[in-house]
Amino acid sequence: MIVELGHFTLLLALAVALVQTVLPLVGAQMRWTSWMTVAGPAAIAQALLLAFSFSTLVWAFVTSDFSVRLVVENSHTLKPMLYKVTGVWGNHEGSMLLWCFIVAVFGGLVALFGGNLPDRLKARVLGVQGSIGVAFLSFLIFTSNPFVRLAFPPMNGQDLNPLLQDPGLAFHPPFLYLGYVGLSTSFSFAVAALIEGRVDAAWGRWVRPWTLLAWIMLTIGIALGSWWAYYELGWGGFWFWDPVENASFMPWLISAALLHSAIVVEKREALKSWTILLAILAFGFSLIGAFIVRSGVLTSVHAFATDPERGVYLLAITAFFMGGALTLYAARAGEMQAKGVFGVVSRESALVLNNVLLAVAAFVVFLGTVWPLIAEMAFGRKLSVGAPFFDAAFTPFMVILAAVLPIGSLLAWKRATFGRVLRSLWLAFAGVAVLSALAWGFGSGRGLLAPIGVALGSWLIFGAATDLWGRTGREGLAVRARRALRLPRADWGRVTAHSGLGVTIIGIALMTAWQVEDIRVANEGDTFAVGGYDITLASVEDIRGPNYLSTMAEMRVARNGREVAVLHPEKRVYPVAAMPTTEAAIDNGVFRDIYLVIGDAQAGGGWAVRAYVKPFANWIWAGAIIMALGGGLSLSDRRFRVAAGARKAPSGVPAE
Amino acid sequence: MIRVAVLLWLAFAGAAAAVQPGEMLTDPALEERARELSRGLRCLVCRNESIDESNADLARDLRVLVRERIAAGDSDAEVIDFVVARYGEYVLLNPTTSGANIVLWIAGPVLLLSGLGIAALYLRRRRSDAPAESLSSDEEARLKALLGD
Repeated sequence: MIVELGHFTLLLALAVALVQTVLPLVGAQMRWTSWMTVAGPAAIAQALLLAFSFSTLVWAFVTSDFSVRLVVENSHTLKPMLYKVTGVWGNHEGSMLLWCFIVAVFGGLVALFGGNLPDRLKARVLGVQGSIGVAFLSFLIFTSNPFVRLAFPPMNGQDLNPLLQDPGLAFHPPFLYLGYVGLSTSFSFAVAALIEGRVDAAWGRWVRPWTLLAWIMLTIGIALGSWWAYYELGWGGFWFWDPVENASFMPWLISAALLHSAIVVEKREALKSWTILLAILAFGFSLIGAFIVRSGVLTSVHAFATDPERGVYLLAITAFFMGGALTLYAARAGEMQAKGVFGVVSRESALVLNNVLLAVAAFVVFLGTVWPLIAEMAFGRKLSVGAPFFDAAFTPFMVILAAVLPIGSLLAWKRATFGRVLRSLWLAFAGVAVLSALAWGFGSGRGLLAPIGVALGSWLIFGAATDLWGRTGREGLAVRARRALRLPRADWGRVTAHSGLGVTIIGIALMTAWQVEDIRVANEGDTFAVGGYDITLASVEDIRGPNYLSTMAEMRVARNGREVAVLHPEKRVYPVAAMPTTEAAIDNGVFRDIYLVIGDAQAGGGWAVRAYVKPFANWIWAGAIIMALGGGLSLSDRRFRVAAGARKAPSGVPAE
Repeated sequence: MIRVAVLLWLAFAGAAAAVQPGEMLTDPALEERARELSRGLRCLVCRNESIDESNADLARDLRVLVRERIAAGDSDAEVIDFVVARYGEYVLLNPTTSGANIVLWIAGPVLLLSGLGIAALYLRRRRSDAPAESLSSDEEARLKALLGD
């Protein structure tokens, strides 16, 4: 009964989404206020209906209702409760319902917090957002209905893929969806502005928080996925340039560009049509990502790859929204009159450079991702584009970006001089020189990657510190510290996010350059040296877990005779799903991870053992979290709360 | 979601884990070359994994093949040619620059340059629209005096 109610509210949500699309858009065109005002309540109603519908599916999973096909295919009574819940989105249908729910939630949030948006703009934004809801709800209902019942329910389910039974992966999809779908709001604002034919500073201010929110969620989602791959795949890789990863990375790059260009719109009323284009493309890449992940066109073997019908439907959705928005853009972009005037050396120009670098980098990733498809269809060549290509083609953009970023963020608006900025950065220069010399010394003979990575990363961090310091005036230390604390949170956000990028760059460079690997056969009791540590394979035992069997090793790690850690790498088999997994054991540290994997028993006795020392590994994800934190600080800036229409913004918030 | 399929595949392909101790060459320099080459060769039955990372049996066979060729004295290019001759271009994770692939390789630099060119034109236009805003030397001197510097 509950499941039927969920099914029913899902259908009802589609009807509401249709109303939310048609009435406000027509009303805004005809200036019929009564039609326009339907938008807000409809958006909230749609969000509530889908919240209910989604919770009934959660209910079905939690109570293991095996009359629902989706539950049978993705759950099992023995599964821990956490993974019963996360199993809801560990499959195509459930994750699509979550996707629709998030589209509606963002619409509802615009309705709730968009109090000070002009009525027509608000009606149009919600109307466009509603149309996205219609597209995806109909996709869900007609091709992938999650509420299908079985006439003869089995006694138990088929279990969720064991690899999804992991905290890192369990929460990775919801964050990514919040990111992908959050960009639908920027898209709705862009299309609404095109319909209105007007973009002003206020528009930039309205669209930025939504983009920022989406970008933060994408950052966290990508970091979680990468962290999961690191500890689960058994050899400690963190990024693979897989089409599915690229699908999340392209919107991240474009939304990062959009964040920055929206600042120019807000502060200087320039770059308007470019910003609109970015907002369209950012959501476009999200749609393409959904298509890549769910159609299986680029990946013949994939968990979600199923039905060509779904692929065609998603392609049609992508074509409709991109085709429509870009046509509108072509017709209207000329009307966006730029007001702000600025010199060639200025913050505006620096942000233009940022946008060129990020947008071209995103396009290179896109081209590399779809090239196998193009090559096969157009030239009849079956080829692969893998990590070596992306490393070579993408990295230069990030190197240039990191090199110019600290200078750009110190340039004044309108008109600036390099001399002054470079002079203020001398201390940062000195710090970079010292640290990269140290990296060069430590890694003698191991190439330039480490010193260059350290130079770029520390340049970003010291540059951010210089930025902050320069904003505190010229008085004594105490005054400057007090002023620093009172700087707008947007300033703190910028400085934090840029430092986070620096931390990530240092992590990637040092881990890649300095990693030590050891692969060998070890008998119980053997001790071997890896990267300055002595590792002993103490014992190997068979263990029985709640829903798996495990071969668990005990390995002792010592340095100069002192024990550092006792680790238990495992090899598991999940009998219900008939699947083995590797559970690496990691001793996490600020400056290094010790990463141990137990392999197969060898015919001649002993075990295959892999040991890695991975310097600065955690900096990769720590940097991502710092970036997200910076985004959060910026999002909490007072002017966005005011812009978003929060009613009690001034009270309870310290003066900024 | 990411990489689930890869792992699903691994599951069916057996639970060996990437490079095995028994496969490795005794000469560390040759082994290092083998690792480097393996990273650029695709595991044909996996999704976007190199044979160095993959656990599939076929990847193992290819790893052994690469090491056999190296042990037989082949140069890196000869090993790659040997593998490509048998498995086709698809096996290369690093696409060649031959034929249409050149588009893939030069797209980045070309786009960057044209992007910079368009941006430069735009910036020059924005500046030329500008009324003269800088202060004359007289005004600057007055400003300095006013600010008490």
